Amino acid sequence: MVQVTSRPDETVGGARPDTGASPAPDAAGLGRARAAGFLVPSMVLILLFLVVPAAWTIYLGVTNYRLTGLAAANPEIVGLDNYTRALTDERFRTSLLLTLQFVLGSAVLGQAGLGFAIAFALRDRRGPLRRVVEAFVLLSWILPSSVVAFLWIALLDRDAGTLNALLGTPGMAWLLDHPMLSIVIFNTWRGTAFSMMLYAAALENVPRSHLETARLAGASTWQQLRDVVFPRIRGHVLTNLLLISLWTFNDFTPFLITAGGPEQRSEVLAVYVYKVALSGGELGFGAAISFIMLLINLVIALVYLRMLGRRKERA
Amino acid sequence: MSAITLRELTKVYPNGVRALDALDLEIADGEFFALLGPSGCGKTTLLRTIAGLEVASGGTVRIGERAVTNLPPGQRDVAMVFQDYALFPHMTVRDNIAYPLRIKKVGKAARQDKAAATADELGLSALLDRRPGQLSGGQQQRVALARAMACHPQVFLLDEPLSNLDARLRLEARTFLKRLQRELGVTTVFVTHDQAEALALADRIAVMEGGRIRQVGTPTEVFRRPANTFVAGFIGSTPMNLVPARVDGDALAVAGVRLPVPEEARGEVTDGEHLVYGVRPEYLDYSPDPVTDALTGQVVVVENLGSFSLVSLDVLPAEDGTATSVQVVVPEGREPEPGDTGWVAPRPGRSLVYRDGELVGSAAAPPVPAPRTGVGADA
Repeated sequence: MVQVTSRPDETVGGARPDTGASPAPDAAGLGRARAAGFLVPSMVLILLFLVVPAAWTIYLGVTNYRLTGLAAANPEIVGLDNYTRALTDERFRTSLLLTLQFVLGSAVLGQAGLGFAIAFALRDRRGPLRRVVEAFVLLSWILPSSVVAFLWIALLDRDAGTLNALLGTPGMAWLLDHPMLSIVIFNTWRGTAFSMMLYAAALENVPRSHLETARLAGASTWQQLRDVVFPRIRGHVLTNLLLISLWTFNDFTPFLITAGGPEQRSEVLAVYVYKVALSGGELGFGAAISFIMLLINLVIALVYLRMLGRRKERA
Repeated sequence: MSAITLRELTKVYPNGVRALDALDLEIADGEFFALLGPSGCGKTTLLRTIAGLEVASGGTVRIGERAVTNLPPGQRDVAMVFQDYALFPHMTVRDNIAYPLRIKKVGKAARQDKAAATADELGLSALLDRRPGQLSGGQQQRVALARAMACHPQVFLLDEPLSNLDARLRLEARTFLKRLQRELGVTTVFVTHDQAEALALADRIAVMEGGRIRQVGTPTEVFRRPANTFVAGFIGSTPMNLVPARVDGDALAVAGVRLPVPEEARGEVTDGEHLVYGVRPEYLDYSPDPVTDALTGQVVVVENLGSFSLVSLDVLPAEDGTATSVQVVVPEGREPEPGDTGWVAPRPGRSLVYRDGELVGSAAAPPVPAPRTGVGADA
């Protein structure tokens, strides 16, 4: 902190001759010290609310800290016990597998696929049809989680569910018989809007003349997508997949619909952690799993960023 | 054979804009044909309708012996070069040129050979492995042309082919384009808003306004005998002088002087009739001394245009009192000074009269060299 406050003083005395010596060290002409001054507030916030809790989680992960009982008062360091326990735990591995299904099914295939399809179908449309479709898709995105969770429970309910009434299948217990399918479809419905809007904006960047050149050559819609559209929006696709993969990976809303059940058949990692740490009270173990999730998030992010970087190199 | 025949072609956009209005046109096989007009005249819509990128609201399009009105663009056997060239940035020049062949399922080796051969014709051999981003504007245009040529279409369509090039390159590309078209002999239609470009490149020009064709003819016909005052004002680097006139016996009263009635219009005008007298600045001869059958007035502006100057004179006001000025092209070394009084005499056979905006005289429907072209839309 002392260093931080001393920097503005340096700026007044030192930065000016400095900028004179090395022309335009930065676009705004701030100089290193003053630029750092602008960064400090956000850095402090990130430190307080991101780095410190993350470090705290790492610390908790190597203890037997509990919500209640003796270990709540005097947590003991247990080393990597929590991690070995998690990695050998059948329930954890099942949960990880379910989470991957959830991400691939609802984010990559569902949200990105459906979002792109809607955006592509509406690309040349203006007027009421487009506005109505966009309004409905957006509505599912902006409603609070608790509200949409209630809507979906009402839709899928065994006894008085709307879906059973529509399909004429009374007594069909969707949430019990197909819990993963239910939350995959739910999350697709819920999050398509973001992908749709992103792809709609991306498609605006595909020059009409390029598509028309392909059409004049006789290219089918699929060939136009492959040769003109996707190469052009590759960066958008990767950014979109990165964001929705991470959001879906960490999404807790499925808990509001299936609570991880029945028999943990829809227990994705976010739900699993909640159950272990807060319902089960094993904060140390929960923290360890959280840290593993953090690492998986990092891996996902790095994979996408690498792909993005390779794209830039080639361009 | 790949002549293009348009009959009653109409395009109305969903917002009610009538971009093409029952348009008839024939473009001969192997012809280099320009669609010329101000923005919004429908020339680009016409080109895109020939390509199939726009669906006609009415009428028919034939290419050669085939009716293509309802065929998708890929089945019309036409190739189009867009204003922005539309090269795919992620593909090499080779892949760009070979792209239409790839869509037509030509084998990889065969299409790459074809691409290399086409590139060679256009002097692009050294650039085959580059990407479009690494090429200059002129090179990009040649790649786009090569891509269009590679699959030997019946018709080339060029949308503003020279407008994305800088002024110097434009002249070079113009000559190149004309020569290429001659060598290939493929029916080529191009759109331009630049009358000089149309005059320089085309075998024939269609001048369009408001979705209709106002005149079709060779550059010479369109330049010398514009069929109406719209074409007269649009064609030529300096617009035609259009001066109110009145038939007075066997002469025309124009800006306070009497001029003979142009030959083609004799017998077609009636005494006392109000007309518009038109003559191009290039077809007026300036004289500092009085001459007969000449307009006279005071020099107000002299604009130096290199080898010649454009001189504006205020001539005597018309009979209704409106002030009129006339422009004349004066060769270098003979420019008057502002304030001088001068005389401008129209060259024989180069002046025209218009009644209600349409050319008067037998030449209004001149014998059009083959092919016979419909100008029905402007009737």
